[in-house]
Amino acid sequence: MKKSEILTCFQCGTCHASCPSGKYTSLNVRKIVRDSMKKDVSDSQELWMCTTCYNCQERCPRGIKVTDAVLLLRSEAVKKGKILPAHRKVCRFLLETGHAIPIDDKHAAIRERIGLAGTETVCKYPAALAEVKSLLRSTGFDELIKE
Amino acid sequence: MKELSLFLGCLIPNRYPGIEKATKLVLDRLGIRWSELKEASCCPAPGVFRSFDRITWLTLASRNLVLAEKKDNDILTLCNGCFSSLSDANSILRSDISLRNEVNMHLKKINKEFLGTIEVRHIIEFFYRDLGTDKLKKEIEKPLELRTAVHYGCHMLKPTRERKLGGAECPVFFDELVEATGSLSVPYEGKTSCCGAGGGVRSAMLETSLKMTEYKLERMKKAGVECIVDACPFCHLQYDGGQVELAKAGKLYNLPVVHYSQLLGLALGYTPEEVGLFLNEIRNPEFEAKMEAIWRKNLKSSG
Repeated sequence: MKKSEILTCFQCGTCHASCPSGKYTSLNVRKIVRDSMKKDVSDSQELWMCTTCYNCQERCPRGIKVTDAVLLLRSEAVKKGKILPAHRKVCRFLLETGHAIPIDDKHAAIRERIGLAGTETVCKYPAALAEVKSLLRSTGFDELIKE
Repeated sequence: MKELSLFLGCLIPNRYPGIEKATKLVLDRLGIRWSELKEASCCPAPGVFRSFDRITWLTLASRNLVLAEKKDNDILTLCNGCFSSLSDANSILRSDISLRNEVNMHLKKINKEFLGTIEVRHIIEFFYRDLGTDKLKKEIEKPLELRTAVHYGCHMLKPTRERKLGGAECPVFFDELVEATGSLSVPYEGKTSCCGAGGGVRSAMLETSLKMTEYKLERMKKAGVECIVDACPFCHLQYDGGQVELAKAGKLYNLPVVHYSQLLGLALGYTPEEVGLFLNEIRNPEFEAKMEAIWRKNLKSSG
């Protein structure tokens, strides 16, 4: 999305009124997107309270891609190293195993008990995992999530 | 019908394998040709990874798409997150040549190239469009007669412009599929509202995510349903694990959580064990006894 699109917003607040997270938290999606036009919002915790449900984007009378704007603002925050510890952990799982949520002993045992073989994903094929790691190096993702 | 590449993602094989087992049984029973997409990685998940770096997200998704392109198979997903990442990446890379060139530059290092020759399907829209509820109804052996709360989840429907499955305010196709199993889809307030898990909120801000879950659970309970039926293992985790987390604060809902593949499996005549119905964190003895009874009753009447 183009950031200039945000300038067509007439501040009606439909986005915020439709936000399931904003009902309970300090996230005001209208405000954060507006603020991003005049200042850096990378430090804002609220950026990470959005579940990306797309209600705001669907209902915007101006057709502004509000959720896409949040995603863009998040990526700008990440470039500045603003990464929550839990998210960094998920990223490390991806780097190490090719899965955001890798298998553990408990669930490996359940698979065996119900007659399912091991999964056919990167966790079984080392060459495939090496491909994933190579791509994550190539795009600079490994550097991006370094502390 | 062409063979489909089954894309299981992370949560289904690694946390809710009952959904995997039920899906494989159901696909075989309905004569749908499939094979697991070998060597696949995380889709990658749209919450954290799409937020963090768009090019990384597109590149890793494109590798999964290329694996299916090589087999000339469409991809079948059982998860709204996998569906969202893979179908969005597929359409973005098909239409944006400069992004496709950038992604292909990375893929070249592992001797792969994105071509854009296959489609990405979600099992719910696949059943609805390619099989149809009328055909499905003819296959049902054990009508379930359950009062259910249907939860579509956000990324199956939205953004509507990309998903092309109709409006997101009052969708009906998933309800029709649930009712084809002989169950009832009970209306409830906030039906299309988010479960609270997505966007990396569950992993980093559990309490916030649970407030949204509680909103849903309260309204489902008020509607008098016997179980939740979902179409996504992340919503499934949020409802199932979320109820355990809420119970620690003394908030008890005890609502069983069922993926559509499991519900359909039961209606097609598989046992609750075969579809992994009792592998959730939340166990509800009343529901389990009822499911066992339905299975035995129907067994007697059909025998």
